[in-house]
Amino acid sequence: MDLTSINPILFFASLMVAATPILLAAIGELVVERAGVLNLGVEGMMITGAVIGFIVAVSTGSPWLGFLGAAVGGALISQVFGLLTQYLLSNQVATGLALTLFGLGLSALMGQGYIGIKAPSFPDLHLPILSDIPYLGPIAFQHDPMVYVGLLIVLAVWLFLNRSRAGLILRAVGENHDAAHALGYNVRRTRMLAIAFGGACAGLGGAYLSLLRVPQWTEGMTAGAGWIALAIVVFASWRPGRLVLGAYLFGGVTVLQLNLQAAGIAIPVEYLSMSPYLATIAVLVIMSAGRSPGSLGKQFHAAR
Amino acid sequence: MKRRTLLATTAALLALGTGAFAQSDDVTKVGFVYVGPVGDGGWTYEHDQARQAVEAEFGDAVETVFVESVPEGPDAERVMTQMALDGADLIFTTSFGYMDPTVNVAAKFPDVKFEHATGFKRADNLSTYSARFYEGRAVQGHIAGQLTESNIVGYIGSYPIPEVIRGINSAYLHAKEVNPDIEFKIVWAYTWFDPAKEAEAASVLIEQGADVILQHTDSTAPQAAAQAAGNVYTFGQASDMAEYGPMPRVSSIIDDWAPYYIARTQAVMDGTWESTDTWDGIGPGMVGIGEISDAVPAEVKASAEALRDSIAEGSYHPFTGPINKQDGSVWLAEGETADDGTLLGMNFYVEGLEGDIPE
Repeated sequence: MDLTSINPILFFASLMVAATPILLAAIGELVVERAGVLNLGVEGMMITGAVIGFIVAVSTGSPWLGFLGAAVGGALISQVFGLLTQYLLSNQVATGLALTLFGLGLSALMGQGYIGIKAPSFPDLHLPILSDIPYLGPIAFQHDPMVYVGLLIVLAVWLFLNRSRAGLILRAVGENHDAAHALGYNVRRTRMLAIAFGGACAGLGGAYLSLLRVPQWTEGMTAGAGWIALAIVVFASWRPGRLVLGAYLFGGVTVLQLNLQAAGIAIPVEYLSMSPYLATIAVLVIMSAGRSPGSLGKQFHAAR
Repeated sequence: MKRRTLLATTAALLALGTGAFAQSDDVTKVGFVYVGPVGDGGWTYEHDQARQAVEAEFGDAVETVFVESVPEGPDAERVMTQMALDGADLIFTTSFGYMDPTVNVAAKFPDVKFEHATGFKRADNLSTYSARFYEGRAVQGHIAGQLTESNIVGYIGSYPIPEVIRGINSAYLHAKEVNPDIEFKIVWAYTWFDPAKEAEAASVLIEQGADVILQHTDSTAPQAAAQAAGNVYTFGQASDMAEYGPMPRVSSIIDDWAPYYIARTQAVMDGTWESTDTWDGIGPGMVGIGEISDAVPAEVKASAEALRDSIAEGSYHPFTGPINKQDGSVWLAEGETADDGTLLGMNFYVEGLEGDIPE
């Protein structure tokens, strides 16, 4: 009834925070898919990162070490997927789903002794000067450091993919692995590295939930964020810039939905919840440019 | 090859199955279906504490099994069927959304006893049980109305079902009684357990000015969000959540299922089990009010405890007229108290609450 009770500054600020975990997980998956691998295990890697990050942060008292641990943990578990799909040539879809289930179970086991414990606090970073800009300051420059780390990773990925030789090789591997192989590039190694990067980013995204967003460990706490990250990669048509847009759109709808409810506006929640997915479908229909990498999800064997 | 494996597996399963049946003759097997993980720190945690109490009470005479994080829907039916096939004698299904699955499975296994929490459909082998959480909500509303300085109380609802709406109405009436300017902002999370979403809902409510947060969801995430915001009060839901005291958690509603579960298990062992409808509150001890912390002024604490005691001894009913419905029509006349039938099916807000209940 009363839209004025929604404070736009606080709204956009919480939008950035709500979008960060899915942004982190999605940028990792984007690199993996650009290398031609479809890893549906994002959810499993996220939750593993969430629990490992939480355990490391609690036992060392340092959230930074927690995030580092989460990235390493996510990368390690992703290598299980890499080993199975790249060396043993198992089906990528089935292995990815298995990785999700495995991650959920493993994290529940590891987190047994950590339920109900609080994470060490991670103070917001108030960027000097910038955070004093009226309106823009509180929206964009008064967050915890991981919000900026996430955006920096996106920028780095964009530079890597579009402005570096290694990025060109990675894209070649993803577009046509046979051609890349014929040119003498090591397809498997490239993909294993991409998968590790994807795992590390998903781990960071998970740890953002357990260390900052919630902040505590509970079983199954990612609650589908990994799947949303997968959808955002498609929404972004595999481009880092649009990925940020997609993540903020998803994050924005989540926050907007709750804000509208609290303000007493009766739009059925179901419509708001489905709106980002409808947007994804619309974007895919409108932009035929959203072509997936040529070798996405296909198995590669040098002898074939 | 494949067929042989299948045959071998079937044979092995059959052997296991008969083994289980043979065992169930002398050991009473009790199954529990949980909606969240046992480590949620709230609703499911308390059910699991009660399960452990059953084990401690009967020792080797009872075997308990549980399945956690079971979605409300067809999956639940599969889990219950499996439990019944595995020889369970008594099965507790501990969430509202398991109602129809429990009814279906109970019809298929007439010899197995079923107990469904917070529902209203019964059968010869299906009992229902619930706690009068709204009695605890009255105490929460009483405290919340006096603690708030912004006069805005945020309420995180799970699903718009009678149990949750009752809680909102009860809390609102008792907050209004002590603070006529009170306003409730209600957010529906559409989940029982999703820490990230609950934390977001709490943050949104705090951003919109709420300085007391009541929750009807199961995780401790809103407590953590309130703690991070500072100067916001919360109440433990379903479990004590004492680790967040004395601030932001100033009190709690505790569900104590252990005495009920022990009594019902005993009834199955004695062969005296009958289909019943149990709805107990603060008096019989199924609902407990957690320690009211020092963050609450002494006189508020004293009056809250007096309210609790008057509800416990039955001298006061939280829904005592005059109470109007949201549209202004009369629900309860002066001095009249609500009957259980209306309360169980409650689908309206009381006068003063804003917004509509989602369909």
